[in-house]
Amino acid sequence: MSGPNSSYDPVQVASLSEENVEAMVAEALRAFSEATTVAELKQARITHTGDRSPLALANREIGALPPEAKREVGKRMGQARGRVNQALKERETEISAAELERRLAEEKVDVTLPTELVTQGAVHPVPAVMDLMSDIFVAMGWEIAEGPELEAEWLNFDALNFIPDHPARTMQDTLFIDPPEHNLLLRTHTSPVQARSLLTRELPVYVVCPGRVYRADEYDATHLPVFNQIEGLAVDKGITFGNLRGTLEHFARELFGQDMVLRWRPSYFPFTEPSAEVDLLCFNCHGTSVGDPDNPCRMCKSEGWIEWGGCGVVNPRVLEACGVDSSVYSGFAFGMGVDRTLMFRNNLSDLRDTVQGDVRFSRSLVGGAR
Amino acid sequence: MRVPLSWLRTYAAVPESVPTREVSTALVRVGLEVETIDETGAEVTGPLVIGRVEEFSEETHSNGKTVRWCRVDVGPHNEGGTPTDFGAPGRGIICGAKNFAQGDLVVVALPGAVLPGDFAIASRKTYGHVSDGMICSARELGIGDDHAGIIVLKPDVVGPLAAGQTATAPAELVVGADAGPAIYLRDDVLDIAVTPDRGYCWSVRGVAREAALAFEAGFTDPVALPVPATTADGYPVVINSDACPVFVALTVTGIDPTAASPRWLQRRLHQAGMRSISLAVDVTNYVMLESGQPIHAYDKAKLSGPIVVRKAAAGEKLITLDDVTRDLDPDDLLITDDSGPIGLAGVMGGQNTEVDANTNAVVIEAASFDALTIARTSRRHKLSSEASRRFERGADPGATYAAARRVAELLIALGGGTLETAETVAGGVPEVPTQTIDDQLPGRIMGAGIDHATVISALQAVGVAVDDHGDTLVVTPPSWRPDLTDPYDYVEEVGRVFGYEKVPAVIPTPPAGRGLTRRQRLRRLVGQALADAGYVEAQTLPFMGKAILDQLRIPADDDRRRLMRMANPLSEEQAELRTTLLPELLASVNRNTSRSLDDLAIFEIGPVFLAPRERTAAPRPAVDHRPTADELAAMDAAIGDQPRHLGAVLTGAVRPAGWTGPAQQVTWRHAIAVAEVAARAVGGTITVEQAEQAPWHPGRCAAIIAVSPDGTRTPIGFAGELHPSVIDDLGLPARTAAAEIDLDALVAAAPEIGTIRPLSSHPVVKEDIALIVDTDVPAAAVEAAVRSGAGELLEDIRLFDVYTGTQIGEGKKSLAYALRFRAEDRTLTDAEVAQAREAAVFAAAEATGATQRME
Repeated sequence: MSGPNSSYDPVQVASLSEENVEAMVAEALRAFSEATTVAELKQARITHTGDRSPLALANREIGALPPEAKREVGKRMGQARGRVNQALKERETEISAAELERRLAEEKVDVTLPTELVTQGAVHPVPAVMDLMSDIFVAMGWEIAEGPELEAEWLNFDALNFIPDHPARTMQDTLFIDPPEHNLLLRTHTSPVQARSLLTRELPVYVVCPGRVYRADEYDATHLPVFNQIEGLAVDKGITFGNLRGTLEHFARELFGQDMVLRWRPSYFPFTEPSAEVDLLCFNCHGTSVGDPDNPCRMCKSEGWIEWGGCGVVNPRVLEACGVDSSVYSGFAFGMGVDRTLMFRNNLSDLRDTVQGDVRFSRSLVGGAR
Repeated sequence: MRVPLSWLRTYAAVPESVPTREVSTALVRVGLEVETIDETGAEVTGPLVIGRVEEFSEETHSNGKTVRWCRVDVGPHNEGGTPTDFGAPGRGIICGAKNFAQGDLVVVALPGAVLPGDFAIASRKTYGHVSDGMICSARELGIGDDHAGIIVLKPDVVGPLAAGQTATAPAELVVGADAGPAIYLRDDVLDIAVTPDRGYCWSVRGVAREAALAFEAGFTDPVALPVPATTADGYPVVINSDACPVFVALTVTGIDPTAASPRWLQRRLHQAGMRSISLAVDVTNYVMLESGQPIHAYDKAKLSGPIVVRKAAAGEKLITLDDVTRDLDPDDLLITDDSGPIGLAGVMGGQNTEVDANTNAVVIEAASFDALTIARTSRRHKLSSEASRRFERGADPGATYAAARRVAELLIALGGGTLETAETVAGGVPEVPTQTIDDQLPGRIMGAGIDHATVISALQAVGVAVDDHGDTLVVTPPSWRPDLTDPYDYVEEVGRVFGYEKVPAVIPTPPAGRGLTRRQRLRRLVGQALADAGYVEAQTLPFMGKAILDQLRIPADDDRRRLMRMANPLSEEQAELRTTLLPELLASVNRNTSRSLDDLAIFEIGPVFLAPRERTAAPRPAVDHRPTADELAAMDAAIGDQPRHLGAVLTGAVRPAGWTGPAQQVTWRHAIAVAEVAARAVGGTITVEQAEQAPWHPGRCAAIIAVSPDGTRTPIGFAGELHPSVIDDLGLPARTAAAEIDLDALVAAAPEIGTIRPLSSHPVVKEDIALIVDTDVPAAAVEAAVRSGAGELLEDIRLFDVYTGTQIGEGKKSLAYALRFRAEDRTLTDAEVAQAREAAVFAAAEATGATQRME
């Protein structure tokens, strides 16, 4: 600090004294810290940094000082105003943070309240799962074929090597259209779509035929007169039973999981030769319930296997009836119940649920969880 | 077919160490579906012993019932019994039956035994005594149906007689010993579902053959004797129909009519699911089960003149063994004699020549009949018998003679008598056609390396005779395999012997696929869009009745009356196929509301069935070649149109009352929105018009019109609120709304490829206009006029207010629209916007008489 100066007029510049300046600064800082809202701080800002604030007024006095004093006082005033502005800025940050804090606390809602914006619609599980099945084949390059549900008897039976006296052709098993001599019926499988595919598509043919089929069956928890199937047909040069195995094993693993195991056993269908039934390893007991009466399995009735579908190499008679040269082409075909698949894949317990329109049923399988 | 395992093992040398479960698994592998393994007799546990009734007294009790208080000697088991007042060793047992005498051997369940049905035997006080066990009947033990009395054990003449055996030791009867073996209690029975191509497995013989194949074990054919050359020495037989290729008749005389079937024979019949009737009948059934060859025994004394096999004459009748008088059809094959029909060939015998309690001489028939003839007769008379079931699936004509001999030998062994040496063999076993197959075919079709030698050995293993010509094989099927007619049939035989599981699994590679068709893709999009919009999909049974069409007030000339009726409907009320989705959707509304699910928005996508205007028959051309184009066209014409519809029904609240606001009820609007959602999903455009159509409310029904990119307008359905009378008649909730459109038509009208318009970044100018029109002017018409008047610059139009009231006068309504104008290439000037706006108002005035509302 410099000592007293003869040309220095202490009275004239009392407001710029170090003491005075410190007091103004202290007063400003106190006002800032006492302010608790943006409004109060605004007031304190006007009071202590505004045009008419003590510091501003004092600052004007600098001009009246002798040149030799200006430097020192100017520096003092500059530092003082700097400290005040800094404190104001800090306090502003503090207060706006606190204000935001308070607002956020006030605006809290109960997010567990229902949104009430979206009503739950749903597609029906049968077409949903049917699409899922179809897509596995589409991914392999197959196409999806569709056909009429009310069908000509020729396409449903004759073309598929059912002899004229086959029991399936009786009114006990098949729903015929009146008059019966018109040879019309409700298709008993989606195989007529296969026949139509052979008749209308260019070879080779790789198609799956999902759809609704009919039988003169009873209506109870495990039987419906109307149910759904997915059938497949591949006709190409050099198609083998091994191709059938490869295709269905892939299908089963995609649909039921990569650890699914299939069992193949010889069987009989008019439209395939050789024919096979395909069983799935029981989902529930994985075969452990077999021969263990203490651990019965309801899903497979302790058989260890669940019947999944029928399949085989297309009988050459079917190819010939559809105009395909069986000495050049061979094929395989298969068919599975979609509703039955829902029973053991998705735990559907009563088939009637699929046709009653109860909205709870369709809502039970939603979105990707199919 | 139910096959007791001990019987199977008689002919297939499956090692004793192989448990039943493994036998079953092996049979499954070669193609027999074993449905269950029935552990017969296993339900009986605890002490079951042979006892001798030493003495008894008959006591009549106050309830009027007479019982016998017996002392039964059970050997070592006498010890530890409750003391009796008899004063001699043995158990005291109360017995209600009276078919036994002092000294008879009986089956006693001692305390601690449990009989079928969890019937626990204990010492119990009854009729004033402590009954210390139970004397059992066949039914109580679950080994027969006989409940007329208790089992009295008499020594059998012989034990189980396999084919070729004349004597075996019968089971020993020792007092106090385990009674199980004496009554042949335990055996595992395989219940097998036989597929139509394996008729021969309707026999122990056939199943044993398959078991031997599966285990590569020895097989003994119970009916190995070949059919001898034709001879007419025995009972005279004349075949007058080619539906009967061979008929063997053997005569056995001097049979003891009182001889009963031994216990082992009765037990096996019961295990196989048949009832014991009499020795002669039981033996024929036993041999049928064993050989697969149905056999009939005629009482020789009741036959008159030669047996003639012929088709029925019109008007003939026959009373069959089940006591039903059959009116015979000229296509029925009959067994006749001088008296007329004596049997429905291959199905059931006649009462007039039935074996009875006095029969001491029988003529045994073992014949072969045409499968189809028998199937038709069986179906015609609704009479399915063990015999017809086997003939329908093709019995082995080569087994006829051996089976008849087997019957004769069993009858003689069990009932005495002699077989007359003079035999009759009418006709003969038909020649089986041979075939030539390529030795590579099985491997090529299966997709596995199956060499020449393996093919031959596999075919021989199933009984096929193979003549090896190197690359080709001349194959002759055995007489029991009429199903082997095509080369591929032999492929299956080779495949199943080789093992399906051994064929390598190879995924084939199709040519590049085209993915989903547009129709398939759009169906999914519509379903998903509706689900996302809150609608729930249903699938209903596609049947319908005429009555519902009347209830829905569908007029007589409506397309929805183009009904196809089923010839054999499951119910008379639902005898037609649906022509509209609404009836079953409305029924499902009622099902839901009956389950207290009241807020419903349900849709269904599925075909309806419209009868062709001219009903025709679908042709059934021959199947040895492709049908002609005309034949296929005729099939398609006969099945009629089956368009895929979208139907929806709505009732209750669209949005239930909640914490954010009151409930929003379903209205006619929500039904129309179904069509809008569907149209948006397929990328199509629809417009609506006021319409009147059943079953909708005449003032609240919209016709839905699809508008193609070229401007073509196609009516595709209707939507709105249902007619209040329909709602009342069907018991539906008030204001139920519905929609039904032809989804195929909507898809057809939608553009296949969309267009992306440039996005203008120039400012938008907003203008509101209010137009006053007569109340009955459709809002859609006003909007259309405004759109066309405003022209290209109009970017968007939105109706934001509909006002009716005193300010605008009676019979008028005010429609207020918010318009947004924007140009693609410039900022619009005020003058341009004003001009467009005025043009819009002018167009509305021209088209609908609208005046602008000024305030």
